[in-house]
Amino acid sequence: MKLRKVSAAAAAALVLSLTATACGGGDGDNEGGSGSGGGDKIKIGIKYDQPGLGLKEPGGTFSGFDVDVATYVAKELGYDANQIEWVETKSADRENALKRGDVKFIAATYSINDERKKSVDFAGPYLLAHQDLLVKTDSDITEATDLNGKNLCSVTGSTSAQNVHDDFAPKANLQERSGYSECISSLQSGAVDALTTDDSILAGFAAQEQYKGQFKLAGLKLSNENYGIGVKKGDTETLNKINAALEKMVSSKAWDKAVTDNFGPANYKNEPAPKIGVIVK
Amino acid sequence: MFDFLSDYDNPTLLGAFWMTVKLTFFSGIGSLIWGTLLAAMRVSPVPLMRGFGTAYVNIVRNIPLTVIIIFTSLGLADVFGVTMGASDFQVRGFRLAILGFVVYTAAFVCEAIRSGINTVPLGQAEAARAIGLTFSQTLRLIILPQAFRSVIGPLANVLIALTKNTTVAAAIGVAEAAYLMKQMIENEAQTLLIGAVFAFGFVVLTLPTGLFLGWLSKRLAVKR
Repeated sequence: MKLRKVSAAAAAALVLSLTATACGGGDGDNEGGSGSGGGDKIKIGIKYDQPGLGLKEPGGTFSGFDVDVATYVAKELGYDANQIEWVETKSADRENALKRGDVKFIAATYSINDERKKSVDFAGPYLLAHQDLLVKTDSDITEATDLNGKNLCSVTGSTSAQNVHDDFAPKANLQERSGYSECISSLQSGAVDALTTDDSILAGFAAQEQYKGQFKLAGLKLSNENYGIGVKKGDTETLNKINAALEKMVSSKAWDKAVTDNFGPANYKNEPAPKIGVIVK
Repeated sequence: MFDFLSDYDNPTLLGAFWMTVKLTFFSGIGSLIWGTLLAAMRVSPVPLMRGFGTAYVNIVRNIPLTVIIIFTSLGLADVFGVTMGASDFQVRGFRLAILGFVVYTAAFVCEAIRSGINTVPLGQAEAARAIGLTFSQTLRLIILPQAFRSVIGPLANVLIALTKNTTVAAAIGVAEAAYLMKQMIENEAQTLLIGAVFAFGFVVLTLPTGLFLGWLSKRLAVKR
């Protein structure tokens, strides 16, 4: 008897989950249809996990510099803020998301480089970031050479981690973690002396409420990262429109406001707005 | 098309897979030893040991491996200061990862060996006891040699799973295959091609293991 009850319950659960997934699938199809038909929505790729740049807040809203730039650009393309559908594009997915047409464009700490230019086109750059160090407020690390012999944290496989190995401080003791949040907690506890990646990302973390006043940027400018907006290869029309939108955003001072809003509390000394098409090597 | 494969020297493609082999080798030996001890505990006449063995297996095999590996780094090393005698993060990560893999894989090795013990007829244990052998002598001389011969197939599965599981070590910065794959995908923007290269690498590692151990298990099986 008992066994029969259990199997009946299991069958019921199975049926429920099947119908639920069926519904989910249907919704997905509808969205896809209206998106590709050039209807009333625009899909934009951002990151969900980078405070200050692209962050999905607990309430389901989105914040950050990339989000502000993308919203401005979308407005210039003729879409209001409520017509934007945000799509998470992790670093490894970005090229394929554009190729498949999942998103119209991507604003997600997307550094312009030659390898990537082979498979996507870039508008912008819209921000010049540099690899930098985040240290505790009372730290005495002021130069890249100070890192030799120190403990340093970065994210597995990231460009910043590779740069440390290859160039700045091959003798630094590099700990690689799966995410920046894990590095921050090690930095807080003193297990590592510094955390390295782009200064814009670091500033975003340091500006978070719970870390205010604990960390500072070393201001080293270890590399040049030109953040661009990725569009599908060959989509020149969208590319030109986005470039025009970015120029307008800079000239109307909306760009400066977005920088101050998102990175302000970290005392981030941003570069002036880059010129469209000028890539700082 | 494949020219990027030679562009990496930290680690190189072969170096990364060699690290995968080393992780598998040391974790494999460690979990075979610890797993055998656990199996012995689970069939021992001492209730406390049986209880410990059962609890260990049931808890550990139900914790995701990623959680265990990240815990060795964030919890054991950072909070409790367990550095496994290494000051360098690469060496520390390597040793911590092996510790994590042994802790996890031993639970599966234990269950495989216990199933092998169950294939040995009860009469053999009774006969051993009748001629005056102690529990550990019975296990060492009579039961385990027969049990191992019947579980080479299942243990091969555990070993192959372990080889693939070592990719989790990339999460704490051990420079093995999955770590290099992340680097390459970050730089090259060729997800499919790179994925295929690494998938092929793992097939090259695990296919011969499976074929060899499958052949061995047929040869050594106890015919009853």
